[in-house]
Amino acid sequence: MQHTSTQDTLVGLFVAAGIVGLLFLALQVSNLSTFIEEDTYTVAARFENSGGLKVKSPVSVAGVKIGQVKAISFDPTTYESVVEMHINAKYNTLPDDTSASIFTAGLLGEQYVNLVPGGSEEYLKEGSTIEITQSAIILEKVIGQFLFKSAEEKAETKK
Amino acid sequence: MTQFLQFLGRTTRTGFTKLGRGTFFLLHTLGGIGSILPRPRLILNQMYAVGVLSFLIITISGLFVGMVLGLQGFYILSDFGAEETLGLMVAASLVRELGPVVTALLFAGRAGSALTAEIGLMKATEQLSGMEMMAVDPIKRIISPRFLAGLLSMPLLAALFSMIGILGGHMVGVGLLGVDEGSYWSQMQAGIDFQDDIVNGVIKSIVFGFVATWIALFEGYDTIPTSEGVSRATTRTVVNSAFSILGLDFILTALMFGD
Repeated sequence: MQHTSTQDTLVGLFVAAGIVGLLFLALQVSNLSTFIEEDTYTVAARFENSGGLKVKSPVSVAGVKIGQVKAISFDPTTYESVVEMHINAKYNTLPDDTSASIFTAGLLGEQYVNLVPGGSEEYLKEGSTIEITQSAIILEKVIGQFLFKSAEEKAETKK
Repeated sequence: MTQFLQFLGRTTRTGFTKLGRGTFFLLHTLGGIGSILPRPRLILNQMYAVGVLSFLIITISGLFVGMVLGLQGFYILSDFGAEETLGLMVAASLVRELGPVVTALLFAGRAGSALTAEIGLMKATEQLSGMEMMAVDPIKRIISPRFLAGLLSMPLLAALFSMIGILGGHMVGVGLLGVDEGSYWSQMQAGIDFQDDIVNGVIKSIVFGFVATWIALFEGYDTIPTSEGVSRATTRTVVNSAFSILGLDFILTALMFGD
């Protein structure tokens, strides 16, 4: 081999470029950068129906993401869905009468947990449970109610 | 009828013997890796032939694939008023499928065929037998470093392809068509999972690199030592690699993204 040193440089450049590519994919493209776990505390909430909520769905207050759903389980004694959320430890001043509801981002978007702070002086801490919850809106149910109502109105006007 | 049965039997038998020879060849190659590691110069030279020389075709194809994805994705997504998810669409299709698959197909065409032709010609000109005469194991000396170089280069090339493609999609989507820069990246980061998407894509590219290099080396080593044999072996490398890559891609996708 004649030009071994240029070859070495080119191979080195190639490997470096490949590693840059992998790092780019890991840090810029994926959620790894948001994943580098900061301190969190766990809060649970009981919903009558958690709809299409999934693990890793965002938890937000006032439209800002402050944590994510860690686990969803079914409580066989109360027939409720128990949603465990990890909330960033930076935001440790949420009142303990905060209410949680499940909303949908956009008409067909993914579902997320929205927290609305209450007025209590006590704060939520590791292991506390959110008492005031509102279930996910099930589109079929809403449409059903709407149809039922409009049919009722029609019947009334006929009378 | 008997002729057909004979034909069927013969094809099955040659198929299986070839598979068996291929497996022994692979085991022999893997066994040779240990003795090649103390001589990184051999691997380095092959990395140059396999990786560096494929660099240009991979980056240019990646750029254009990403640009086309940006364009097509924008047209369809804008029908639903969802242009903001363009970044996610481009990145997901590149990282999960197009990156590893297209890179592997190009790799088989660019580097695989060259490997087959090189080794086939070595066999045809009896260089391999010459080595054996000198008590040098040609599989250890010739095949193993090339195998290792292919295995190392493929994931790097696939990562590069995906990266350039995402930047190409950004160029078209954000630069030309006016998708919001912030949502291009943030939708991507929200939707692409490191474990599920990136790591699985890298695993795919390693598997494809393994298979494509193995097929290329084996076809070269197993060639009939004539000029016609070498040309046939080169063709078979490209065809068989493409089949195996696409077939394996389906199986891997079903295993990885099936939930």
